[in-house]
Amino acid sequence: MSKYRFFKLCSLTAAASMLLAACGSTAPTAPTAAPKATDAPAKPAATTAAPAATAVPAKPAGKRGAGDTLRILYWQAPTILNAHLASGTKDFDASRLILEPLAAIGPDGSPVPTLAAEIPTLANGGIAKDQTSITWKLKKDVKWSDGTPFTADDVVFTYNYCANKETGCSTASAFAGLKSVEAVDASTVKITFDKPSAAPYRTFVSTQGYILQKKQFANCIGANAAKDSACQAANNAPVGTGPFKLKEFKSGDTVTYVMNENYRDPDKPFFKEVVFKGGGDAPSAARAAFQTGDTDYAWNLQVEWAVLDQLVKTGGKAVLVNTPTSNVERVMFNATDPSAALGDKRGEVGSPHPFFTDKKVRQALAMAIDRKTIAEQLYGQTGDPTCELITTDPFISPSKLYGGLRKCEPNIEGAKKLLDEAGWKAGAGGIREKDGKKLKVTFLTSTNTLRQKEQALIKDAWAAIGVDTELLNVSSTVFFSTDAGSNDTIGKFFNDVQMYTNNYTTPDPTDYLCDFTTGQISAKSNGWRSGNNVRYSNPEYDKLCDQLRAAADDAARKDIVVKMNDLLVTDAFVVPLVARKRVSAMAKDLKGVKGTPWDSEMWDIADWSR
Amino acid sequence: MSTLAKAALSPRTTNQTKVRTQTELAWRRFRRHPSAMVALITLIVLILIVTIGPMIYTVNPIKPNPLNGYVQMFSPKAPLGTDDVGRDLLARLLFGGRISLAVGVFAMLVSIIIGTLIGSYAGYYGGLRDFALSRFTDLFQALPVVPVLLLVTYLFKEPIKVSLGRELGVFVLVVGMIGALNWMTTARLVRSSFMSLKARDFVEAAHALGVSEAAIMFRHILPNALGPIVISATLNVGGAIITESVLSFLGVGFEADWPTWGSLVFQYKDFIGILNHAVLLPALMIFITVLAVNYLGEGLRDALDPRKSR
Repeated sequence: MSKYRFFKLCSLTAAASMLLAACGSTAPTAPTAAPKATDAPAKPAATTAAPAATAVPAKPAGKRGAGDTLRILYWQAPTILNAHLASGTKDFDASRLILEPLAAIGPDGSPVPTLAAEIPTLANGGIAKDQTSITWKLKKDVKWSDGTPFTADDVVFTYNYCANKETGCSTASAFAGLKSVEAVDASTVKITFDKPSAAPYRTFVSTQGYILQKKQFANCIGANAAKDSACQAANNAPVGTGPFKLKEFKSGDTVTYVMNENYRDPDKPFFKEVVFKGGGDAPSAARAAFQTGDTDYAWNLQVEWAVLDQLVKTGGKAVLVNTPTSNVERVMFNATDPSAALGDKRGEVGSPHPFFTDKKVRQALAMAIDRKTIAEQLYGQTGDPTCELITTDPFISPSKLYGGLRKCEPNIEGAKKLLDEAGWKAGAGGIREKDGKKLKVTFLTSTNTLRQKEQALIKDAWAAIGVDTELLNVSSTVFFSTDAGSNDTIGKFFNDVQMYTNNYTTPDPTDYLCDFTTGQISAKSNGWRSGNNVRYSNPEYDKLCDQLRAAADDAARKDIVVKMNDLLVTDAFVVPLVARKRVSAMAKDLKGVKGTPWDSEMWDIADWSR
Repeated sequence: MSTLAKAALSPRTTNQTKVRTQTELAWRRFRRHPSAMVALITLIVLILIVTIGPMIYTVNPIKPNPLNGYVQMFSPKAPLGTDDVGRDLLARLLFGGRISLAVGVFAMLVSIIIGTLIGSYAGYYGGLRDFALSRFTDLFQALPVVPVLLLVTYLFKEPIKVSLGRELGVFVLVVGMIGALNWMTTARLVRSSFMSLKARDFVEAAHALGVSEAAIMFRHILPNALGPIVISATLNVGGAIITESVLSFLGVGFEADWPTWGSLVFQYKDFIGILNHAVLLPALMIFITVLAVNYLGEGLRDALDPRKSR
């Protein structure tokens, strides 16, 4: 082809593209009127499947190994398979195919026995009448995937592993407030609490409570956990009791599992092999599930509602699994100075933030954000605006989420007034200044088009009150990792503001709330792994956490939880934005998936079949 | 005086035998290259649109206006409509073009300057210096561009922003790095031109007259090697625009809400089927620009080659 003909062809292509661009756009109907705020939670969309537990009755899985390969897609790739050193949901979920807790938490918030023979209760004597101890009886026929028997010693070992602060367990809060964990016999474990506890199903339950094999991790307690080469290998290839065992793990990419022939249920699992693929982004995961059918299960489809709705309606290869959860997208203000000039003192408690230590500044920034617009424009039916961190019953009624307990309307004038009171006056270019210092913040989140639009909306709101915001984003694989070599992780939080979603995975939010106590501050000394990465420290809050751990009465506990939520929200280091639903997609022929907000999405994978 | 002699001295005859300069000949050859002429006009129009456009169409391309929701195309308020947070797509396209073209031109200048200096030095002196610089060029040629860009951006973004300010710092970093990783082809072309030109008579004559080596290199040889440099420059413009698009796509280029043609494609790629034009138009702009720049280069190559008869 001559270059002239080629040029003509290109020109024609260009013209055709312009024509397509002009004619092909089918802009959705403009939401001319904002949906009326109601007390009732949003109803699921017509295109949205309820959790499969109710929509499709779970059939018993077929014969063990009768299925082919199950393809799971997480757009955040797992980086470690020892959940106790995990940095994100993707690690907990990837671990769950191998490692199990004593009990899972089902869709209704009730514990479901996993490695336990039964759930201890006051009635069966498993929980002491004074609520100072709980005794778990273990299943007797359980073997590790290497064929050795699972015993109470493994459970006790797991406690010792995480009770040691030097181990740096990200699940440490689940092991706090315990006096002892002892093996009564080979199949009985007794946990004694410091004080009477009304939340006994806190340790060894759900995602925080996976049991490690003592034989494999015996030398990994303390600093060895992350430094010793044998322990590093164990963290990436744990021996477990779950329905699958590891075949190959490419950190930050793919985990391949094969059926565990020593799994206790002779009929399960159905699938011979599972490929747990990580990476990409939420929109491509949604396309893989709904349009191309390249995956059987796609996790966390945090995609702009306009896009997701379109894919669900036109794709046809999968159904949406939209489960209400405790997930809250939040903005967090750093209590410590993230300046690189501080060297080793960067982000440490001894280096207070230059202006976020002023409550009025934090409250002003929180007050300016228009949560309603963020939720309605970007999340649609997959999220509600919220000013609360605790969004589930019985501690807070969903009816109070929006427009009830605490108004979530933006208040620009109120925010300006607060900044005026704090001494920040408008300077050049409308940016506020105080003592010659400009009110400028760096704002980091993961690379995701939805989050970048959230950032744009927040930046615009802050610009209206005279705050200069620099938007930053980094790959989610880096942002949610514990990579010591990166300064862009949520644990280090080396910026002024960061944004992501977090949740509590058990119906009782004790550990989640107590993650914001002084003792849980993320610092270099604990590998930046502890949960309190905003470095919030309030003695009153710490005291409430102690009271919550000790309170046995349900009404008293509820009262304390509400107080802790209110204190966190009004102190405004953590600013809730959107109460998110868990949005996943599953292939139309996949059966047995029972979504629960209180446990890993992989909690019942042994029951999945086609 | 004979009629023949009068005719020979007439002004008309004098004009017919007028000798054209090299520039005039090059322009004459360029004008006879239709695709290059179309490309040149296209580029001029594009540059005028992105430079003058935002002065006429003064809507803020960064500020969201979510109260509007989506505004469809051909609305009087927003000719290309808005995105889902109410940002005007025409304003973003115009402003994005300004950044993308500026990155392309400045990155090209960086790569041409580095490539010309290294190539001319290696080609002129030869020997050990040529060997060392050629291996240095090979080393850069072997570097994977995108990972190196990511690494350098990660390492130097903060310090350079502190030194030069947020917007200028990122611009300088992006332009500098793209330019610094794309000079190798230019260097090789210049080196080979210098190697062949340095043995020519006019260079020998300059040596004999005692002209300094720097003057020989840059006043005598370099103008004769401009052809390949100009072609390489045009190719580098297109390459730089595409590389910036890749950086924007990976979220390591300009700030997330700053539109560039590349970042617009990234931001709206999920809206295919909903807001097709939001992603297709910036993609089309990149396509047209790169295509036009390439044809321009082709035309310049022919125009600057004295052996071409057209």
